[in-house]
Amino acid sequence: MEASATAITREKLSGNGPGYRRRRLVNRMMEFLSTFAAVLAVAVLLLVIVSVFIKGVSALNLDFFTKEPAPFGETGGGIANSIVGSAILIALATLISVPIGILIGIYTVEFAPRRIAAPIQFCLDILNGVPTIITGIFIFGLLVVNHAQSGWAGAIALGIVELPIVARSAQEVLALVPRSLHEAALALGLRRWRLVTRIVLPTAAGGLITGAVLGVARVAGETAPLLFTTSIFSNTGITTSPSQPLPNIPVTIFTLSESPSPSDHAQAWAAALVLVAFVLILSVSARTFHERSRRRLSG
Amino acid sequence: MATTPVSTTTVSRPGLRDIRPKLSDRIGEPALKILSTAAGVVSVVVLVWIAYTVFHQASPAISKFGLGFVTSKTWNPNTDTYGALTFIYGTLVSSFIALLIATPTAIAIAVYLTELAPRRVRRPVATLVELLAAIPSVILGLWGIIILGPFLENHLEPFLHSFLGWLPLFSGTPSPYGMLNAALILTIMALPIVTAITREVFESTPRELKEGAYALGATRWEMVRMTVLPLGRSGVVGAVILGLGRALGEAIAVTQVIGNATQIKASLFEPAGSLAAQVASEYQGAVSALNTAALIYLAAILLVITVIVNVIARLIVRGRTKVVGT
Repeated sequence: MEASATAITREKLSGNGPGYRRRRLVNRMMEFLSTFAAVLAVAVLLLVIVSVFIKGVSALNLDFFTKEPAPFGETGGGIANSIVGSAILIALATLISVPIGILIGIYTVEFAPRRIAAPIQFCLDILNGVPTIITGIFIFGLLVVNHAQSGWAGAIALGIVELPIVARSAQEVLALVPRSLHEAALALGLRRWRLVTRIVLPTAAGGLITGAVLGVARVAGETAPLLFTTSIFSNTGITTSPSQPLPNIPVTIFTLSESPSPSDHAQAWAAALVLVAFVLILSVSARTFHERSRRRLSG
Repeated sequence: MATTPVSTTTVSRPGLRDIRPKLSDRIGEPALKILSTAAGVVSVVVLVWIAYTVFHQASPAISKFGLGFVTSKTWNPNTDTYGALTFIYGTLVSSFIALLIATPTAIAIAVYLTELAPRRVRRPVATLVELLAAIPSVILGLWGIIILGPFLENHLEPFLHSFLGWLPLFSGTPSPYGMLNAALILTIMALPIVTAITREVFESTPRELKEGAYALGATRWEMVRMTVLPLGRSGVVGAVILGLGRALGEAIAVTQVIGNATQIKASLFEPAGSLAAQVASEYQGAVSALNTAALIYLAAILLVITVIVNVIARLIVRGRTKVVGT
């Protein structure tokens, strides 16, 4: 830093010294490149969303939401069974991960000494970085080998993917609950569990919910954990029992996308449109609420 | 904000009766403590359990091929001989190219967001870039197959070939599926992560230093080069490694676009394979128990690589930034 600072000598820096035009040119160029990079990233996002929309909207109709897939070789049909299956999988995964995630948050913020809380946070970060296909193989080895694929296996795999997201955001939100509330409650002789259930959790409720919504948005599109756990399913009839393999939107898109048939691709785009709309609406609203509740708690 | 209203009249001098904990307290207090401690233990146990289960399932292949698996190029289900080198190569090369493109782009976007953008557009643009991370990988893969693939085959690859065809990387015939397609899809996936953390690192540059640079007469770019970039270096390195961790482990989008070949080709246009993609594409068609074990051996190698990469990244990034919702 000092080296580069001294390299720019006094006369170079003066407004009309030699090299001034070149420096201004370099500056302009760098400013342009930075702006261009931002425009490019936003353009890529729009390009993906717009192509999903244009390609998907033409195959989208009421049948798509209410009918099951057409038999092999026929066109038309819908993904009603996958919508139902995905809803069940996501609901179960969330029911597994949200309570455990919030409890982890409570433990690290309220109970654990710092030298235990830090390694747990570290483990959660590493768990968050484990490729989701490996989570799929884990549950495959645990529940599918020697048994069969099932909705439960898929839901647990998704739950493990969702857990670190929910737990980390719970930690973040719980840590923002003002210390003065703790001190006031403890001074009044409140037990810690009452402090947590009556004061900390209600205060942090908004943030906890947005954390859960972000988790749902993340796992709704996860394909890899489901590939090993609930990907071989029949396309006739709507399955609602998690002890059977549950059809689901991500695996359906994956299978259709690998098919050479254009009508399958059209179905894949329509399913992609449904999934992208769901995920983006959840992410945007969660982010908006997240910012708001953070500001309220910290402010 | 929920505060419990307390009127002074209800606080009376505690008698002996009040000091003894109530029944609900005697159950509730240890219950919450035990439950939450158990949850904390779960997060550690799951991680160890994942590693154990993966290695356990891979053990037939590990005992058959040993460490030579890592350096063998053969992948032939017909003769039941397997080696991981092709896929390790594909994983590293596709992720490396992705980060090669994503890193300068992310730094440029972060500079734009912290130094150049009008205050009103900062938040929306930052959110839009981060939303890229929200697009499910299977949809990016679909987009890669149908939109990006033909574009690469008909436009970008012939163009690169005509100018840089003398390089082995750009030799060969253009094709819709291959290393380049996978690398570009991974770029899109890694970019939002690297950008988000880099932006936070850059935002923490002390104001006095920036003003000092301006006071010396520096242009805006010179100010960035003198203060923002050198101070943010370690944070950016952490961000890049975190993005790398994401790119290395992506299975679905990569298997959709990389072509799932089992040979190493110098050309980026040709189909290739990656660890995660090979597992995703072949496990349903696995012809033998050893085939399945070998696939899971690939996953075990991937697990080791990603855990190492993530540990390094977290050690660098830790404390510098808040958790990023990715």
